[in-house]
Amino acid sequence: MPLLKGGVVAVDRWQCAANGETLPADGPVIVPFVRWRAERETLIGRNAPVGVRLTNTDPVADLAPDLDRLELIVLEFPKFTDGRAYSQARLLRERYGYRGELRAAGNVLRDQLLFMQRCGFDAFELTQGQPVQAWVAATNEFTVFYQPAGDGRNSAMQLRRAAILAN
Amino acid sequence: MYVYDGYDQTFLEERVAQFRDQVRRRLAGDLSEDEFKPLRLTNGLYLQLHAYMLRVAIPYGTLSAAQLRQLAHVARRYDKGFGHFTTRQNIQYHWMKLEQVPDALADLARVQMHGLQTSGNCIRNVTADHWAGVAADEIEDPRVYCEIVRQWSTLHPEFSFLPRKFKIAITGSPNDRAAVRVHDIGLRMHRNAEGEVGFEVMVGGGLGRTPIIARTIRDFLPKRHLLSYLEAILRVYNQLGRRDNIYKARIKILVHELGVAKMAEMVEAEWRSLKDGPLALPAEEIARIQAHFTPPVYPDSPVFTPEFDALRLSDAGFRRWLKVNVAPHRQLGYAIVTLSLKPEGGVPGDMTADQMDAVAALADRHSFGEVRVTHTQNLVLPHVRRADLPALWRGLSELGLATANIGQVTDIIACPGLDYCALANARSIPVAQRITQRFSDLARVHDIGELKIKISGCINACGHHHVGHIGILGVDKGGEEFYQITLGGSEDQNASLGAIVGPAVPNEVIVDAVQTVIETYLSLRRPQERFLDTYRRVGMAPFKERLYAAA
Repeated sequence: MPLLKGGVVAVDRWQCAANGETLPADGPVIVPFVRWRAERETLIGRNAPVGVRLTNTDPVADLAPDLDRLELIVLEFPKFTDGRAYSQARLLRERYGYRGELRAAGNVLRDQLLFMQRCGFDAFELTQGQPVQAWVAATNEFTVFYQPAGDGRNSAMQLRRAAILAN
Repeated sequence: MYVYDGYDQTFLEERVAQFRDQVRRRLAGDLSEDEFKPLRLTNGLYLQLHAYMLRVAIPYGTLSAAQLRQLAHVARRYDKGFGHFTTRQNIQYHWMKLEQVPDALADLARVQMHGLQTSGNCIRNVTADHWAGVAADEIEDPRVYCEIVRQWSTLHPEFSFLPRKFKIAITGSPNDRAAVRVHDIGLRMHRNAEGEVGFEVMVGGGLGRTPIIARTIRDFLPKRHLLSYLEAILRVYNQLGRRDNIYKARIKILVHELGVAKMAEMVEAEWRSLKDGPLALPAEEIARIQAHFTPPVYPDSPVFTPEFDALRLSDAGFRRWLKVNVAPHRQLGYAIVTLSLKPEGGVPGDMTADQMDAVAALADRHSFGEVRVTHTQNLVLPHVRRADLPALWRGLSELGLATANIGQVTDIIACPGLDYCALANARSIPVAQRITQRFSDLARVHDIGELKIKISGCINACGHHHVGHIGILGVDKGGEEFYQITLGGSEDQNASLGAIVGPAVPNEVIVDAVQTVIETYLSLRRPQERFLDTYRRVGMAPFKERLYAAA
């Protein structure tokens, strides 16, 4: 599955280790949230990058004290119509200040890329073909945004206020 | 009214281009119907029994004459020459062709209109009191805050895939004409002890198969925090609202399962982290939006003129119309006029393109070019000189829009029902038509007095039957259309849900049954007592007795 990051197809250097699977000897590894909680010390002691994969009902607040230790968080869209991970993403970015890679996995489609990016995702396991083309199209469809969100773009209200204050 | 600036217009044109591309990809086969469905729904495009239906938002029910003319144009050019005003301040076109929808949306964008937020599991078109800005009892114009909410909720990246649709309504008057207690969030503007105007916040109201009256989670929310508080409610709902069962996915079920105290606690906790962030509304921003809703400068105009007085004395029809279709305006010498889209035998809420153009001309002549759309499927001219009422009445009469029945037995709300809708179990429109034919004598209608009949063709309750004084719900019994009757519902500040009288009745006798209910009321009422008051005084028993006596 192509990984889209920074607008280009990237090599996915991460391995996954589900619950009960043997941890790889070295290299970056992604574990489920429950495994992170159960084997936190072992994973930190491994001396290689750790990523955590959350289901969309896992409470992100529980991960807040550990965010500095994580290079990757994967959030899931079991169906593209299930939007719970959008809230998880914004909480991680805006409330808890997470700065590592935030990856969207699951039913990730071209027409939701912009919403995801606006909520703070910066990597996408895209389930459809032509990821770069999709990215360019999706992120250039709009130049006006009405809400402050996790992407740092100014909202229309912020731009209007700035224009008034400048005069 | 609000006028788009460069940001708004650019956004809308980008939105039209985006949907044009999505339709192109669908027609080219790049998108499956499953993938396309939520995209078209984000633009108000439904696939119904016979054709595509396009629903266009009329934010908080306010239209300019120019916009109404464009709605007429869309009806003529892309539909069959008429449109249907809905129960949520939208207009629907029922006979659209997919390949023409992008052009229709481009035409609408020229007058700052669109189909955003009229479908899908997002924050829907925000509705308001249709008398906003002119009502004599108003504390503050709610449309200012509706517009602020409209902008914030437009393509909200976090809340575009909620568990279910989400409806917000705002009233600025103590007399609730926006039915805020049957919305996912209802906001009621009021003054606190310090004299500051803010919002009572109610959540978890709704109709559908589990009707619930909204509960208050905050008595007073300062205006500055409106958006952060809404964002907090939506975030709690987005994360915890049920997604396992479509019928339990609305926020009302979450509030019911958590309990209102717990819901309030969670919202408040979320809000504490948001309240002083970028969503806080500066007073200057509120003032900037408020400036768009400054009332027109009303030239002095007499309360009575010789022509008005003479017509009132000589014409019972004019008197009836004044009594129920004309309401007090906050400006002396002016009136609020409701245009009835409920003529005898008509389809509630339907309007031809020619009528729309004619009303636009009347709005230019008599109402500062402004029109309102009501959730009861009528139109309003909000700023009419009382001196102009005779001329306006004649003009509306010629158009078939002066039926003197607002708030009366024949001012019926009805969903499109099985004539159009894929979800319906029974037809709604023909029942409404037959009731208006049964009660065609206006003298009798006025004798019956205030009475709200609401008809839904299925349990989803788009016709709001739960809050009808008389509610009618279409059900399917072995392939036959039956109708269940409820009594005692109300959607105003004293909202209540109707109670079922008894077994559903067959299609052939539903109008007789309504007549029996009304005759029972007439036999029981005290002087000046409305139907609802009589029902609340005497209860269900006498109605049930009379209705099922023969059976």
